[in-house]
Amino acid sequence: MMNPEIESSPGNGRFLSTLQQIWRSISVPLTAVLLAALIGAILLIASGASPLEAYAALFKGSFGNAQAIGRTLEKATPLIFSGLAVAFAFKAGLFNIGAQGQLLFGAIVAAFLGFSIEGLPAIIHAPLALIGGAAAGALYGAIPGALRTYTGAHEVITTIMLNYIAINITDYLADGPWKDMTPGNIVARTPKILPSAEIPYIGNVPVGFILSVLAAVVVWWLLWHTTIGYEIRTVGLNSHAAHYAGMRVAWTVILTMALSGLLAGLGGAVETQGVVGRYQPGFNIALGFDGITIALLGKTHPFGVIPAALLVGAMKAGSSQMQFSAGVAKEITDVIQALILFFVAADVIVRWIIRMRASDGDQVTFSSNWGQS
Amino acid sequence: MSDASKTIVLEARGITKRFPGVLANDRVDLTLHKGEILALLGENGAGKSTLMNMLYGLYHPDEGEIWIKGEKVALKNPRDAIDRGIGMVHQHFQLVPVMTVAENVMLGSEVTRGAGYLDVREAERQVRKLSQQYGLEVDPTAVVEDLPVGTQQRVEIIKALYRHADVLILDEPTAVLTPQEAQELFRIMRDLTNQGVSIIFITHKLKEVLAVSDRIGVLRAGQYVGTADPKTATEASLAEMMVGRKVILQVEKAPAQPGEAVLQVKSLYVKDDRGQTAVAGIDLTVHAGEILGIAGVQGNGQRELVEALTGIRPIEEGQVTIAGQDSTHFTPRKNTELGVAHIPEDREKHGLVMAYSLADNMVLNNYYQKPYASGIVMHNDAIYAHGVQLVEQFDVRTPSVMTPASNLSGGNKQKVIVAREFSRPTKLLIAAQPTRGIDVGSIEFIHKQIVAQRDEGVAVLLVSAELDEVLGLADRVAVMFDGRIVKTLPITEATRERVGLLMAGSEA
Repeated sequence: MMNPEIESSPGNGRFLSTLQQIWRSISVPLTAVLLAALIGAILLIASGASPLEAYAALFKGSFGNAQAIGRTLEKATPLIFSGLAVAFAFKAGLFNIGAQGQLLFGAIVAAFLGFSIEGLPAIIHAPLALIGGAAAGALYGAIPGALRTYTGAHEVITTIMLNYIAINITDYLADGPWKDMTPGNIVARTPKILPSAEIPYIGNVPVGFILSVLAAVVVWWLLWHTTIGYEIRTVGLNSHAAHYAGMRVAWTVILTMALSGLLAGLGGAVETQGVVGRYQPGFNIALGFDGITIALLGKTHPFGVIPAALLVGAMKAGSSQMQFSAGVAKEITDVIQALILFFVAADVIVRWIIRMRASDGDQVTFSSNWGQS
Repeated sequence: MSDASKTIVLEARGITKRFPGVLANDRVDLTLHKGEILALLGENGAGKSTLMNMLYGLYHPDEGEIWIKGEKVALKNPRDAIDRGIGMVHQHFQLVPVMTVAENVMLGSEVTRGAGYLDVREAERQVRKLSQQYGLEVDPTAVVEDLPVGTQQRVEIIKALYRHADVLILDEPTAVLTPQEAQELFRIMRDLTNQGVSIIFITHKLKEVLAVSDRIGVLRAGQYVGTADPKTATEASLAEMMVGRKVILQVEKAPAQPGEAVLQVKSLYVKDDRGQTAVAGIDLTVHAGEILGIAGVQGNGQRELVEALTGIRPIEEGQVTIAGQDSTHFTPRKNTELGVAHIPEDREKHGLVMAYSLADNMVLNNYYQKPYASGIVMHNDAIYAHGVQLVEQFDVRTPSVMTPASNLSGGNKQKVIVAREFSRPTKLLIAAQPTRGIDVGSIEFIHKQIVAQRDEGVAVLLVSAELDEVLGLADRVAVMFDGRIVKTLPITEATRERVGLLMAGSEA
């Protein structure tokens, strides 16, 4: 129900109205970000810092030079994947809180394939580990889909619980069978992946980032240009009509959750192979949960997810610089991020502030699609 | 009743209301006298609801005045209207399903004692008093979700009376009622007016208007086109006022030329949502080129029958054969591919995806076939072109095929479904309540289309709660009662009286 304009298939000669629709879609997230920055500024003043100086440092640390931009892209990459995962499930009316768990499995399986298989050329090894991570995420995502279909257990509940299971299993693996046995290592972590499994950089641009943008394009194409996407959206908007029209609703729910898990798992794999270099508990902890913020901020549209992830990624990348040059605690960026989520979710407040009436077809996604059974 | 001598309780003078791109009400004048039932008639989109929402304080007129009991008022919100004695019963009830009748009635103006202690007993006593005074039978302690629709509506009326309403606006109150419940409502309406309540009754059912109202006001395209007297008006004259041209209420059709049997049903058993047997051993046959009409009071298993035949609901026992194939356990998709077209009873629940464009809705059950898709790749241009063609062919009134279905009126939504279902090669058409709640013009159009399908050799199974629709369209009439078909009559022997008796369960 959220974006009737986006639900429609594209046609010809509607360029102007498309622009209007884009503005309608982005005005709320944009205002939410500005409001969050404003309140953040008040907090900064209250703590005795200069907001201008702090934000300037934040900007410099995230976009100030080629390295900074590279760091922002690096931070945004897993967020794009997890944001896509959550947004994709939303389209079928499913709220995948479990992106975190799916991402952890993707990360650890990619690490395992990365350190355990020797003698493969990089052109085979790196994709193989990626595919393994994606498959792990997909399988783990399919579980709540199947539970929903066959037992009626709501995916919000099951995915939350499955997150705990994922955290504990991956902790066990990293401290047990897959533990790094290098002499002197006492922490729970897997061995370092082989160079052939690493995802490289092109200049300062991580290849993983390029993959994430490609993933967004594929998701967009899948949702709006294939029969599978049509079925997913129909199930999400009106499962009764989907059943009437001969679609396999149960199968679509499982498939959607599996594909959502696949995206999250891919995010974990890319993080392992591109940034961390191994699986280490605690290194990926918020990435899946951040996906919820990103998906909502991006209006649950695959192309909205990219700028949303870049914004949050930039805050993560720039926060150290802000700490150095403005003497502001890094955590202020977490506060701003939380405020953004708050304002995006509290759509009504934002709409009231920008004097925009919520129309029937453009309701806040947070409440309109999940909870239906 | 002479109108002139009575006091005017409510008056609208020159009301104009514009929405972006639409003139919803254009200098409308309306008067309501004390103790009368004023029927407000008009097609969907004629501006009835807009006008009522202004009288109820939900919208504010751009121009014009509203007078209540001789006083000019500016209603800021419904609370203002309620304070002045206006009550409105919406088409979709505003009740909390898990609460009792008394709790629902007092919601918003709760009876309390001492420091906010909720006095449910007192509320129950007041509800009982109101229900006795106005003959509105209802148990104040019953939980609303357990009540039949007709009783829920009574709760809504009591809610208004509890707030001391003496002007009641009933928005399409009979749309959700069985004929019996409607009769009961009309009795209640008369009881209310006898005790001084004035009622505005919004509808587009012509028979009801003639049966119950004291005066009839007609709106068309936002304008008040005139007042009619139910004693002299006819259905035809009212329809003409509503639509602005002569309307054929009775579809002209040649006698059927039945061919071979297309749908054969043998001792069919189907359960309803609660697991109770709803269809209890039905046999029926529909031939190519004929319309078999199923008459019956709603809730006698018609919905379950249709859903079972189309594959939406599982069949417990029995056999269904469509076009020579055993389709007993076919999925909806297999049935569609076999040549079954289905106009579902609930168009918003089953028939359409509201947020989808018309174009997308028009391929809802064949989106995966050529030319709309090859493999998994959809061809949005072909879908768009298909939509444009159907909108033109089926006269769907819409700004564009990219308009979301939710923006259309009921009649046009139904035309979208009809267009989609008739655009495929069809052997069997199953039409459930095909014209429920839509305007006269659209009804006429859809009836013609159904007859045209029959004339092309399609077997048609028509299920309708409107007896007139069944008698007007069908070639044979099967009467359903309590999950069984009690009798099947050729149309020549199906008189209103005989079918009516059969519908009530008595063997005629």
